[in-house]
Amino acid sequence: MKTRAIALNTFKEAIRDRILYLLFFFAAVSLAFSRLLAVLTVGDRLKIIKDVGLASISIFGVLMAILIGTGLVYKEIDKKTIYTLLSKPIERWQFLLGKFLGLVLTLFIMTLAMSGIFLAILFLHTGKLEGQMLLAILFIFLELVLITAVAILFSCFSTPILSSIFSLSFYLIGHLSWGLETLIQKTRPGAGRAALRGLAAILPDLENFNFKTEVVHGLTIDPRFYLFSAFYGLVYTLFILALAVLIFKKRDFV
Amino acid sequence: MATVLNIDNLCKAFKIGFVPKKREILKGVSLSVEAGEIFGYLGPNGAGKTTTLKCVLSLIFPDRGKIEIFGHPSLSARAKERLGYLPENPYFYDYLTGAEFLDFYARLFGLKKKEKEEKIDSLLRLVGMEKARDLQLRKFSRGMLQRVGLAQALINDPALLFLDEPLGGLDPLGRKELRDIIVRLKKEGKTIFLCSHILQDIEMICDRVAIIVGGRVISQGALQSLISEKVLFTEVTLSGVDPADLVDLGEPVSTLGDRILLKVLQEDNIDNLMALMHERKGRIHSLIPRTETLEDIFVDMVRQG
Repeated sequence: MKTRAIALNTFKEAIRDRILYLLFFFAAVSLAFSRLLAVLTVGDRLKIIKDVGLASISIFGVLMAILIGTGLVYKEIDKKTIYTLLSKPIERWQFLLGKFLGLVLTLFIMTLAMSGIFLAILFLHTGKLEGQMLLAILFIFLELVLITAVAILFSCFSTPILSSIFSLSFYLIGHLSWGLETLIQKTRPGAGRAALRGLAAILPDLENFNFKTEVVHGLTIDPRFYLFSAFYGLVYTLFILALAVLIFKKRDFV
Repeated sequence: MATVLNIDNLCKAFKIGFVPKKREILKGVSLSVEAGEIFGYLGPNGAGKTTTLKCVLSLIFPDRGKIEIFGHPSLSARAKERLGYLPENPYFYDYLTGAEFLDFYARLFGLKKKEKEEKIDSLLRLVGMEKARDLQLRKFSRGMLQRVGLAQALINDPALLFLDEPLGGLDPLGRKELRDIIVRLKKEGKTIFLCSHILQDIEMICDRVAIIVGGRVISQGALQSLISEKVLFTEVTLSGVDPADLVDLGEPVSTLGDRILLKVLQEDNIDNLMALMHERKGRIHSLIPRTETLEDIFVDMVRQG
């Protein structure tokens, strides 16, 4: 109940934030641009619309999660609104969870709206509803949930600008970390390889949420992959949130 | 009377700077607040008033010392249900309207819908903010924020109320209104812990005070026991006599037209002055004995401390 009140208040705050609409506007422009790109392409035009469309939803979703998420907790501390809030009968973890859920709700609605535009553009092109796109979008959303948790974690102890840089780095590392596998295979067995293995285990692998290629090309995937990715997302998100709570619990609000 | 808040030897230091340097803010604060009183917590800027309050509210964690609220050692969520807090210079969610703002805090206490609406209406009326019900907080003046801030502190009908500089930023009328509200809350049986450096307000409404200087409580007790009834000097405004005749009786402070303001230090001299005035057929316009005020004590203690 208390977490819900904080989540709803966070949702209200995020939905009244101008930056959200600015990003949404650019997402819409980018989605419409995919149609234009298709016209200029020789070959499979539909593939271009799907590729650019899904990438737009992913990138603008991540920007929303980071730019709003990194300010959420910091603003409460900076504007001292947290003083009155934590003097009420709520626990610190409830506060963080409420902030997290409020932003996840905002992102859910934004992803839904972007998907609506995307599917409408596809419908205008093909004349049919491409339902399987929703599967790729679902995993984009799971990635956004994880990025939100990361943004909130950094926001617990750092300024919005630094937190944004950290979160963006997390996103980029997460999408490039598969390269480590290649490096591991090329390294001779020994201490170096073990260290690389350790690093690969710690670093996030956000490619787990990337089903764009498979969906765009209509490839069949073993359902176990989906299950693994969903489980990976859930566990990683909980881990990051737990870390954020641990840091937040010990903090002095000066 | 039962003790609602007991603080014993509270210490807190902060590390500041790039190369962390320890700075002690609280150096062993001890005080106790009884049920049903208005307790004034006085101190110059930076003495540690707000830090003490934040320790009590678990916003920061003390290094040493004991805090007991309602007889319990730490501030549990259950104890928080009986507390209200108005921070200094309150900032609130400026995207909310007055009513939405109170509604948000009411939800944190799990108030039912009907109960909530009644409470919000009565609180907005109490602090004189009915008109700002549907106005976003970003359009509020400082005084309005202070009032709506007091309303949020009262949303759960608290038994113990912490007010940090509640009268700062208010015009004289607003200050009087808020003082009246605080006294009314005391009559309803609430205990009020008031941090302030506006001494006149404390003097007017507080039952007991503690004075903190440099992180230590240097004096604590009932207001009457701190301020003596002794007359320090008497201010007399008179006319119709030659100022040169008054030199032996007191210190002429100023003259305005034919009126002379005289500061008489010894009480015996008042009788001599009366006799002189009678003899010279002069006039006395006013005669005001000045007793010791909280300000005198405060200034004295801060200088010594």
